[in-house]
Amino acid sequence: MSSQTLTYLFVTLSFVLYAAIAIWSRAGNTKDFYVANSGVGPVANGMATAADWMSAASFISLAGIIAFMGYSSSVYLIGWTGGYVILALMLAPYLRKFGKFTVPDFIATRYYSKKARMVAVIALIIVSFTYIAGQMRGVGIVFSHFLEVPINTGILIGMTIVFIYAVLGGMKGITYTQVAQYCIMIFAYLVPAIYISMMVTGSPIPQIGLGATVIGSEDSVLERLDSVLSDLGFQEYTATVRSKIDMAAITMALMLGTAGLPHVIVRFFTVPKVSDARKSAAYALLFIAILYTTAPAVGAFARLNFIDTVHNTPYKDAPNWIKQWEEVGLIAWVDKNNDGVMNYGPGKPFEGKLEFKGDDEGVLGERIVLNDVSSNQNEIYVDRDIMVLANPAIAGLPNWVIALVAAGGLAAALSTAAGLLLVISSAISHDLIRETFAAKISDRTELLLARIAAATAICIAGYLGINPPGFVAEVVALAFGLAASSLFPPIVLGIFTKRINDLGAITGMVIGLLTTSTYIFYYKFLNPNLNIQENWFFGISPEGFGIVGALINLLAAILVSMVTKPPNQNIHKLVDNIRLPN
Amino acid sequence: MEIHSNEQKLYWKTNMRIMAILLMIWFLVSFGFSIIFIDNLNELNFFGFKFGFWWAQQGSIFVFVVLVFVYAALMNRVDKEYQEKVKGRHE
Repeated sequence: MSSQTLTYLFVTLSFVLYAAIAIWSRAGNTKDFYVANSGVGPVANGMATAADWMSAASFISLAGIIAFMGYSSSVYLIGWTGGYVILALMLAPYLRKFGKFTVPDFIATRYYSKKARMVAVIALIIVSFTYIAGQMRGVGIVFSHFLEVPINTGILIGMTIVFIYAVLGGMKGITYTQVAQYCIMIFAYLVPAIYISMMVTGSPIPQIGLGATVIGSEDSVLERLDSVLSDLGFQEYTATVRSKIDMAAITMALMLGTAGLPHVIVRFFTVPKVSDARKSAAYALLFIAILYTTAPAVGAFARLNFIDTVHNTPYKDAPNWIKQWEEVGLIAWVDKNNDGVMNYGPGKPFEGKLEFKGDDEGVLGERIVLNDVSSNQNEIYVDRDIMVLANPAIAGLPNWVIALVAAGGLAAALSTAAGLLLVISSAISHDLIRETFAAKISDRTELLLARIAAATAICIAGYLGINPPGFVAEVVALAFGLAASSLFPPIVLGIFTKRINDLGAITGMVIGLLTTSTYIFYYKFLNPNLNIQENWFFGISPEGFGIVGALINLLAAILVSMVTKPPNQNIHKLVDNIRLPN
Repeated sequence: MEIHSNEQKLYWKTNMRIMAILLMIWFLVSFGFSIIFIDNLNELNFFGFKFGFWWAQQGSIFVFVVLVFVYAALMNRVDKEYQEKVKGRHE
């Protein structure tokens, strides 16, 4: 069967599976809808958390980022996994013991304040929506590349699927669907990785293959990559280029952001006991680590294979996948020295954002790019997001592997989108409507409202996916900084101190969110040309600034609390209570 | 809820100590080995990897997984001791 037919088959089968699970695990009341009746086993919850957490960005983009950044990409690897250590040790067990539905619930109760709830809800909605727009875009990209439907149709199909199981099943439906999605996703990630590792090094374990010797040579994969790259004029793959302070700041901001992301935290409300929350955080990290330790191998092999097959190859002999990705505009070639050969090197081959001259072809059949060429030798433009998707084709793997990767990418994007939609809908129906404006509504009405809120959120997310604001990709990474600087400090302070009061927490959240978003906005949107290391505050880039925002939040909360009225005895009892096991 | 002050304090102190030790290891492998001391560690070869690079792309993550499982296991034991003591008081 052709890879096209197989892709249709795999994707359809996986969608039928998700829909079936959704019908089987329909939510009957608000507790089902928000926290799956706190009845999910720790291993299943760990898997669901891992699927929820690993988005299209992890599945599609991570290995590509590693391939092109080398050592500097470690900030993502360490940051996005190390955050789970903080989550497991400092947040999950206590929030489970607290035992309500949402993150704003905790902040409102611990800081006995409706205003604190409002601030938390606003922070939560900003963080979740920026995140979700990127997911819908991921769904669209996978659809358009593999099924050859327009991106917008892809997004509509994705929206419908998520609609069915998120609106119907709530957290319960989402959780069990995510378990299935994790299995599909990890299988789809590992199969090509193992194949390629065996082809390049003979080792079936990619984590070991990354350090092993390349078949037919004396060098290890990384030595080979270092020397090939420096021959072409790139930085060595393992070179420590980025400044240590910025590496540390970004890593820390990603860690605290991970631990402060509402759609991750809320997972730990779904297990039966405190001990299950700890166990489930551990399993979540284990399941995430399987993908995150494979990604560096995938990235390195992909970069090596890419250079081997592309550099110095005449364009007329270019493999089929190059033409395929050229058609969708994610690869481009211009023959700067008129030798008919593709020359790869450092620097951008073109000036500005890529624009093609319709479907017109050059002498050798390549698509014509309208942009001015740059002065360097590099003739090849390649979008790093294609690395995982193109990898099976680059390595010449069988068609069913290519189809599997498409189903895996969709599973990754849909599972994260569904988890985010749920926290947005519970923030609206539970935190805003029930707790703030209309306390008297019945459970059934609240459930209906939660479903309407989820449906509305899906429509907005779909709209953002179809009409993405130009800065989506940038903002998704920055959402971590915002989560780190707004939600993380009040939660941790609320658990580990009794002295922080309502005013302190509110001031901290507001100041943390404002300073971080101002810094990001200034360098990313107002003055992008000033966005260089010399200008940064202590050499910390906008991506890493979340850690500064978190510290400011923390200090403000402590200072304000010191000079205002301490919390009363009930709060002391509450804190004592959440610190103890069941 | 009844307050068993001494048991509570002991429980919390034990928890904090375990947490502090594990977080120190967490900091050492991620910020220490993978960022601060990487250039020194990169002098060593580890199964074909520069050792610092291995910590930054693989090693830290393995250690993180071990840390969270160790925490879950240790705290289960501490929970049990606490619950038995509190129960003993009631009888």
